[in-house]
Amino acid sequence: MSASLPPETAGAGGPQAHGKHIPGGGATLAREGVALGLLLAFALIPLAASFGAESYVLSLATRVMIFAIAAVSLDLILGYGALVSFGHAAFLGIGAYAVGILGAHGFQDTAAQLPAAIVASSLFALVTGALSLRTKGVHFIMITLAFGQMAFFLAVSLAAYGGDDGMTLQARSTLLGFGWIKGDRAFYYVVLALLAGTYALCRLVVRSRFGRVIRGARENAVRMEAIGFSLFRHQLAMYVLAGAICGMAGFLLANQTQFVSPAYMTWQRSGELIVMVVLGGIGSLHGAIIGAAALLFLEEWLSGFTEHWKMIFGPMLVLVALFARGGMLGAVQRFPRIAAALAGWPGWLLSRLPGRGRSRRAGAP
Amino acid sequence: MSFTLLAVQTLNGLQLGVLLFLIAAGLTLVFGVMDFINLAHGVQYMVGAYLAAMFSTLTGNFFLGLMLALPTALAFGWLLEIMIFRHLYGRDHLDQVLATFGIILFLNQAVKVVWGAAPLSVAIPEVLSGSIVLMDGLLYPVYRLAIIGSGLAVAVLLGVMVSSTRIGMLVRAGAANAPMVSALGVDIGRLFMIVFGFGAMLAGFAGAMVAPILSVEPGMGDNLLILTFVVIVIGGIGSIRGAFVAAIMVGLVDTLGRSFGPVLLRAVMDPSAAAQTGRALAPMLIYILMAAILFFRPAGLFPAKR
Repeated sequence: MSASLPPETAGAGGPQAHGKHIPGGGATLAREGVALGLLLAFALIPLAASFGAESYVLSLATRVMIFAIAAVSLDLILGYGALVSFGHAAFLGIGAYAVGILGAHGFQDTAAQLPAAIVASSLFALVTGALSLRTKGVHFIMITLAFGQMAFFLAVSLAAYGGDDGMTLQARSTLLGFGWIKGDRAFYYVVLALLAGTYALCRLVVRSRFGRVIRGARENAVRMEAIGFSLFRHQLAMYVLAGAICGMAGFLLANQTQFVSPAYMTWQRSGELIVMVVLGGIGSLHGAIIGAAALLFLEEWLSGFTEHWKMIFGPMLVLVALFARGGMLGAVQRFPRIAAALAGWPGWLLSRLPGRGRSRRAGAP
Repeated sequence: MSFTLLAVQTLNGLQLGVLLFLIAAGLTLVFGVMDFINLAHGVQYMVGAYLAAMFSTLTGNFFLGLMLALPTALAFGWLLEIMIFRHLYGRDHLDQVLATFGIILFLNQAVKVVWGAAPLSVAIPEVLSGSIVLMDGLLYPVYRLAIIGSGLAVAVLLGVMVSSTRIGMLVRAGAANAPMVSALGVDIGRLFMIVFGFGAMLAGFAGAMVAPILSVEPGMGDNLLILTFVVIVIGGIGSIRGAFVAAIMVGLVDTLGRSFGPVLLRAVMDPSAAAQTGRALAPMLIYILMAAILFFRPAGLFPAKR
């Protein structure tokens, strides 16, 4: 098995061997600037929203931030670890069910629910990660997908907690008895603070020695093993951290919607999380935030035109995979080349049809 | 529990297993030979079912519909291969996941636009309708037996093709070491195209066969796709034999676990708790089986690569 690596994902100070499109040197500063700008923009949204349609804008932006937390956590393993995990939505669901199940038994308090959400999703990550990380490549994708589906079916069979239909929560969680996130605006800022905290934590982690080992494994796993690092342990720790953060996002999601259902952990949801990370540019953390915003706004916008918006969105994904390597940020940087490729696509398709001369290349366009 | 119920459930499990094999056979080769992750294989099963439904309604004859659906499914697979898949073979798995995920979103919605959101139903052909008595008190629908029979026939045919024809030899060689096959002067692009097309046709065949007994609806392939992944992981990527053994295993464990799990649990706990635990555990059984097998054999039971 060759360790195929996404060449467009060189991280902070990472090897620049493939990095034709990656700005060197001042990249770190620029990136923190982008991230700070994003968080600032989120902080200002409630002010702008107070001019009209406040509850709609607030709930959409809150949703964006919650999914941004989940996507940032996925970026840790997908972008920095180069491990395509296709079962990440399971952690979202586990976090949400921690709220639902504890709430149903009278534990409404964050002091009980949040640790439970984090511990439960960490444990699930520990067990499934230990099994899936024994494999690589296509195997890893299928196994994480299967474990995600296992969690989904478990939730469906929990008849006492709503089963297939899910359960409605009585109220949002309290903190030490106080209704701290009753108002939509207060909840919005809590989510924003947690997003900022998640971003800072993940940035610290990928910069640390631990993060460097993970990134080293992405670039050359054999060499890292030869130097003497146990990659399995490092990757498992990263997997558990990502699961724990995503469990927290699930806690927030349940509180926002006041509803918990197996639909949070369908494999399509896991796919959407991957799309978010890839759209924004993988292995950059702030790209995951941009991607979450882009996907949810796009969904909102396209579904305003037609109920069949997935017929527009699906082919867009195909085009991104075919042409826009490095996500939207990469696409913007390489716009001239992509435009040329798109303009040439119909003719190039015709030339590939059987009988019009067989192409010798089986690879990329 | 009565022996009759056990026999019926075993046959049901066998039928699910055969179905899973038809889908997994093509997919395991696509994974094994091309190192390509194709999430869109489940929608090819769905397209097969829709095509069979459409053609059998048009012609008024299920078999004629099946005969028309198969080449159309093959053509559709090749169209996808030429337009999208072949440009992704050498690429990162992530690109492949993204593109095939996009295809799923598109096709699940597209069948709604073309054939409507309501499930279609297909009549069971006259010749294969009704049930026959297999033994005392055991009635089983003929059509389900026909599914098992045709699935086993395809399995045998495929086994012979892979083990003793020239193209089968190339496929096996490709699964073991594709670059080497290419270096020996085989047009690997054409081999990929053949394997992909036949995989799509087999999935379409599976969809067409179950169209009369399941409702034909958008997204019908999605959950089956995950089961197929479990089959391939257990059987070992790139191995037809592994896919067959694992498919039958998964079909039997899933079906028998759902019907007899709660009964077995009743021996160790009180009935209501057993029923509840059984219902919760039964859908997880095959994933637990997969985890257990992976723990001892990370590459599956019959890996093609060494």
